[in-house]
Amino acid sequence: MYPINPDRDQLVVDKLRDRFGDAILLHETLVDMLCITVRKEPICEILNFLRTEQELQYNFLTTLCGMHYPQNDQLGVVYHLQSFTNNHRIRIKTVLELADPKIQTITSIWPAANWMEREAYDFFGIQFEGHPNLKRILNVDEMTAFPLRKDFPLEDQTREDKDDSMFGR
Amino acid sequence: MSEKQIITPSIAEAPEGISGQGYFATSLDKAVGLARKNSLWPLPFATSCCGIEFMATMASTYDLARFGSERLSFSPRQSDLLMVMGTVAKKMGPVLREVYIQMAEPKWVIAVGACASSGGIFDTYSVLQGIDRIIPVDVYVPGCPPRPEQIINGILKIQDLVGNESLRRRNSEMYSDLLGKYNIE
Repeated sequence: MYPINPDRDQLVVDKLRDRFGDAILLHETLVDMLCITVRKEPICEILNFLRTEQELQYNFLTTLCGMHYPQNDQLGVVYHLQSFTNNHRIRIKTVLELADPKIQTITSIWPAANWMEREAYDFFGIQFEGHPNLKRILNVDEMTAFPLRKDFPLEDQTREDKDDSMFGR
Repeated sequence: MSEKQIITPSIAEAPEGISGQGYFATSLDKAVGLARKNSLWPLPFATSCCGIEFMATMASTYDLARFGSERLSFSPRQSDLLMVMGTVAKKMGPVLREVYIQMAEPKWVIAVGACASSGGIFDTYSVLQGIDRIIPVDVYVPGCPPRPEQIINGILKIQDLVGNESLRRRNSEMYSDLLGKYNIE
């Protein structure tokens, strides 16, 4: 397990609050690492700040993924960052409305985000504005649904042999 | 020496026919069937664990060569038997279909394992629910994965089909209807 470093966590939060103020909605230290929820509009500036700020230097985007909160009609994007110089990780969360799931692309900050954003688009339908090639990456191109949204049925809908009365449901 | 012996026929049995001194007569169907069934060239389309079982089937312990199928063809154009072993994702479907179309007639298909036969445990959006949704299948081998004995049994069932197939079958209307159902040709 990755060691939690409370001093550094506090430093990140202070620097972000100092620079972005209200855009930083929430921060909490979960079992594994610091998790900061931010407004979606300045996401590029926030991530770029985290990457370039002299004391922070979160130079590596570990991963990026989508989320779906069906009870709130919301989608989300999670960014995991790591600082090689400071040996520290953080998680940045943003929330988008399901009706208008748009967010700025971060491919200009980390080109590696290209395929990760395509995956989040493929499975959750999140529109990354400014992405150079936003199309499906893993699923067949003809697919119209976004299969990792919670309202998407788990089982393949083309099966005819699964009789509900035989499966006790 | 142990009394246990594995007996494998080294020479295929002659088909039904009329024989006399110095000659043997049988129908062309049977002679061709005999030749075809004992020299099948399989094309392995192995995508997951069933493919590993197939490797064991080909190796010395089980030795598929005993049944005349030791020559694997990795070109669809020079193979008789398409062996689909493993989970086929929906995105892989058109590739599998293309491979099947590229094979020359006569051709047979065996679906090895639960996934190739029905999608298996992967009842989900990304997995093809059985390859018979895109190409016609002759023999299904159940199992997850099936043991080499079961795969050999499947090949023997294919051999029965091959040996008994009428030479006219591939030109029949029934056959073109069958392929028509899959939008092939």
